[in-house]
Amino acid sequence: MYTLPKKLKLFAIAFMVVGAIGMIAGFLSAPKTTAEVKEMMASHHGDGHGETVEDVSHSDSHGEVNEDAHGGEEAHYEHVLHQMQNRPWSALYIASFFFFMIALGTLAFYAIQYAAQAGWSPVLFRVMEGITAYLPVASVIIFVLLLLSAFHVNHIFHWMDPELVNPESEHYDKLIAGKSGFLNVPFFLIRAAIFLLGWNLYRWISRKNSIADDTAEDNRYFKKNFKASAGFLVFFIVTESMMSWDWIMSFDPHWFSTLFGWYVFAGMMVSAITVIAMVTIYLKSQGYLEHVNDSHIHDLAKFMFGFSIFWTYLWFSQFMLIWYANIPEEVTYFVTRIEDYNLPFFGMLAMNFIFPVLLLMNSDYKRVNWFVIMTGIVILAGHYIDVFNMVMPATVGTSWYIGIPEIGSLLFFFGLFVLVVFTALTKAPLLAKRNPFIKESKHFHY
Amino acid sequence: MASKVIHAIYNDDDILMNAVKAVRNEHYHIEEVYTPFPVHGLDKAMGLAGTRIAITSFMYGLVGLSVAIIMMNFIMIQDWPQNIGGKPSFSYIENMPAFVPIMFEMTVFFAAHLMVITFYMRSKLWPFKKAENPDPRTTDDHFLMAIDAGSHDVEKISKFLKETGAIEISLIENEDDH
Repeated sequence: MYTLPKKLKLFAIAFMVVGAIGMIAGFLSAPKTTAEVKEMMASHHGDGHGETVEDVSHSDSHGEVNEDAHGGEEAHYEHVLHQMQNRPWSALYIASFFFFMIALGTLAFYAIQYAAQAGWSPVLFRVMEGITAYLPVASVIIFVLLLLSAFHVNHIFHWMDPELVNPESEHYDKLIAGKSGFLNVPFFLIRAAIFLLGWNLYRWISRKNSIADDTAEDNRYFKKNFKASAGFLVFFIVTESMMSWDWIMSFDPHWFSTLFGWYVFAGMMVSAITVIAMVTIYLKSQGYLEHVNDSHIHDLAKFMFGFSIFWTYLWFSQFMLIWYANIPEEVTYFVTRIEDYNLPFFGMLAMNFIFPVLLLMNSDYKRVNWFVIMTGIVILAGHYIDVFNMVMPATVGTSWYIGIPEIGSLLFFFGLFVLVVFTALTKAPLLAKRNPFIKESKHFHY
Repeated sequence: MASKVIHAIYNDDDILMNAVKAVRNEHYHIEEVYTPFPVHGLDKAMGLAGTRIAITSFMYGLVGLSVAIIMMNFIMIQDWPQNIGGKPSFSYIENMPAFVPIMFEMTVFFAAHLMVITFYMRSKLWPFKKAENPDPRTTDDHFLMAIDAGSHDVEKISKFLKETGAIEISLIENEDDH
């Protein structure tokens, strides 16, 4: 049995406290009136920084997301005000989604291992179950955030504004109104509830069966889990795709992309596998996983390497098709990102592709734990920026910065994630005893 | 100069593996082992050095990538920068997404083909090459270990090999030139 070290608990709580302070500071420093925006822009201080302000000052010309603009100075300031007000909310949403997707990706990876009857991974099942323990917590947080948006506490989901689908209104948006059969608040929330319930149901069933299997007389629970995993994977690939349209693509309600769901999925998988590898290495270093050897780490690192390339393949496929055809209604998505988010947009490519490809190509390096951890940190940071790039341009536009609200949210959710995951790891033995493949997995050698 | 080689034939890969370990323990020199299929761990048991072919492949890949970049840069940007469907041919980086499929394929092409050719050359394989097989049964279901008899006592080695599970032992005197 694993016992949660006091130090780790304190460490996690410290992160949560510091993060919470940062988040609150973010909300407090967001401007409330256009007068405050003018003051902030004039004085060049706060975490807005000069660079952002300069960008904002010439963003009049391309106000394509600027629904409120009727031209003129005041409308511009109002636009910036909305962006700045969205910023702490977006930061919160990105960080909570990022850790949510790690838990969900781990669940999908776990289901794949079960359904594929993998012989190498059963010694890691309890680690994966520990990581997926964050899923219920993350689900509640995500759902509350979606509810807050639905009740107009914040305006990060632009299409939720009822004015946009009202033909009488001067803000009437024909394109969004045309999509309101799918993008309307009640249906959106029902879908979200179905997705979250379905995923959590599988997580609950598989965990229960996995624990029951330890004391079982036959392989009944393994078979149950096998069937549940196969069913879950079918459900998952459909709902994950729709989830990515709902929770991420709908930030840009005028834009659509066919492979967006798989793109989000690839990012989710690579982050999840990275976290599995990092938690495994950590627990191994503390002397807990006696049957995990270099070959298991090697396999996880191979998955990190492979899925990094898979992510890049999907990123490039999406980017290149839109860049090549250059159809105005699709290309604005990348125009805003390249013009306003140049460094994060191309920087994440280096972090998520070039770095892992060069470092994890060598078979020997994949067995060196600190190498895997180091690459893992870069991959995770890269995929945080990936989510950042998907959400921020649509909600805060040019008023972005990675400052106190963003880092605060990230620290808070990191602390929460560590606390929940490592607490869950203490709840069951770290070795699934009677799994039919456990013996093979213990002797796994590559 | 005539050299004496002892051929020990086995009919099971497990017995062969144990025999190889035993022979190495006794410090006899194994010239070669012939097997009908890859035996996992045989190279480790024989103490063979790891292959470096993956490293050559990586370098060939870099060559392929360079060829693609230099070729596309010369043709599309330097030599005749035409406006084709509004693609920006002003600099390589501006039109790069269009070249990535070529860059990728050339990298794979060079890495794969040159690596295969390297393999053929290093393992001396080519059409019309005379097969170097001491016993045709080793391509079907027998395993053959060739041990350099050198100045050892042949009787003693034979007895030792019998103990390791060899089903046939023969002394070959070959007048080869290597």
